[in-house]
Amino acid sequence: MSNPAEHDPVTGTDTTGHDWDGIRELNTPLPRWWLWTFYLTIFWGIGYTFAYPAWPLLQGATPGLLGYSTRGEVAAEIAAVDARNAELAGRLASADLATLARDDPAYHFGVAGGAAVFRANCSQCHGAGAAGAPGYPNLLDDAWLWGGTPEAIEYTVRHGIRNETDEDARWSEMPAFKDILEKTDITAVVEYVLSISQQDNDAALAAIGQDIFADNCSSCHGAAGRGDQQQGAPDLTDAIWLYGGDRDALTHTVRYARFGVMPPWGGRLSEDEIKAVTLYVHQLGGGE
Amino acid sequence: MRPSRPGCRIMAQKTFLQRHAIVERSPTVLLGLSLAVVSVGGIVEIAPLFYLENTIEDVEGVRPYSPLELAGRDIYVREGCYVCHSQMIRPMRDEVERYGHYSLAAESKYDHPFQWGSKRTGPDLARVGGRYSDAWHVDHFTDPQAVVPESVMPKYGFLLDTPLDAERIADVLETHRFVGVPYTDEMIEAAAVDVRVQAEPDGDWEQMLERYPGAVVSNFDGRAELTEMDALIAYMQVLGTLIDFSTFTPDDSR
Repeated sequence: MSNPAEHDPVTGTDTTGHDWDGIRELNTPLPRWWLWTFYLTIFWGIGYTFAYPAWPLLQGATPGLLGYSTRGEVAAEIAAVDARNAELAGRLASADLATLARDDPAYHFGVAGGAAVFRANCSQCHGAGAAGAPGYPNLLDDAWLWGGTPEAIEYTVRHGIRNETDEDARWSEMPAFKDILEKTDITAVVEYVLSISQQDNDAALAAIGQDIFADNCSSCHGAAGRGDQQQGAPDLTDAIWLYGGDRDALTHTVRYARFGVMPPWGGRLSEDEIKAVTLYVHQLGGGE
Repeated sequence: MRPSRPGCRIMAQKTFLQRHAIVERSPTVLLGLSLAVVSVGGIVEIAPLFYLENTIEDVEGVRPYSPLELAGRDIYVREGCYVCHSQMIRPMRDEVERYGHYSLAAESKYDHPFQWGSKRTGPDLARVGGRYSDAWHVDHFTDPQAVVPESVMPKYGFLLDTPLDAERIADVLETHRFVGVPYTDEMIEAAAVDVRVQAEPDGDWEQMLERYPGAVVSNFDGRAELTEMDALIAYMQVLGTLIDFSTFTPDDSR
């Protein structure tokens, strides 16, 4: 099978020396360019393992001569962006939002950046367009549960509402009146709320409900039912309803109460991000 | 490979080919040697991960899942949440800006199996804990489109009506201990109690919290009985919350 290589006169190259029933095989050399490219890739591959982290040793892998690391790269990239925004972000972080001029570049930086912060963190509850959903307030209108000044919005963003994680969270709790009031009283007070919000109602029951409202509800919602931002008590006279304003929804609210929770964002967002999202929410339309 | 040089090459070629013939003629030897060649890649790439100190990063705060969280995690796997959600924030600026600090290996060291994934029809959930209220999770699981109209997530409202089957929760903990999760005897003994008490804010949960620091105690679904919804939300609320990144600085070279 294996014979000494022979010279093939037709092609001018040697044979492999293999012989299968008289058929022989040419040992045509590889093209030079291919061969040298091949050697170059081997050389490059070895060089690469010295330039970048690669070889496992006893304690750790070689760090590589270039000092590259994925973690280092992302840290550097974030630091570079932060450095580029440092001046505006710094001014925004220390600015008094109430007096920040509308033509200040830091204001525009805040509104634009706040929109991004809002979409990433707030839109899941308040909606991508900030129009809210049942149980999650609409931020486009001028009805504010806890206040719509920049200062109030910033506090709400930072500490959240009725959460257990932040001690300074805004807090109030409506009692579930099913254990406090008679069923007929609840029916009456619901009729009264329907009447002050200019909806169809039973006037006779509403008249009874007025007294029940004064005794049980007015301490938070106010004598006229206009709400109290200090306690997050909503205005009951307008057409804006967080959990629905029809007879069934109101009865459910009075019977079982509501307990809307917002997580605190103080630990998650940076100082300038909090200010930015505050500015964004404030300029949506209803800011006070 | 090389252009042949007649004369000196003939002898060398002959002996080499003669030896190679042994390998070619014996399938067993060929199989054995092929295996040896193939395993070089595995040995070089995988074996060092088991002993290199810089791949096993111990981070303060990471603890085994509480029984309720573990039960929730089983529901997460059962419902195939991993098909659409990853739990791995990669070290890239866009991901860090959106989801928070990139994931560390230590954060999933008690995950069997891990839920890293790479398919993101929905967002990454590695740091979803604490981002939304329990009530939001109930609303969202029941009808995702009610809170996120553009969502394509299916509804999981039935979890709210399915009582959590936690009868064998101690066995589940034991199984995790078998594969290396450091559950203590005390944890396994108390599992049946702990799994319930985490969803009872008025209950006696101090000891559970000692065993599982950082666990969220809440009546997650707002209902009296313990449901699968409770377990799944308990799991959601702990994801990514165990490490305090204000005190921990990861080493660049890891």
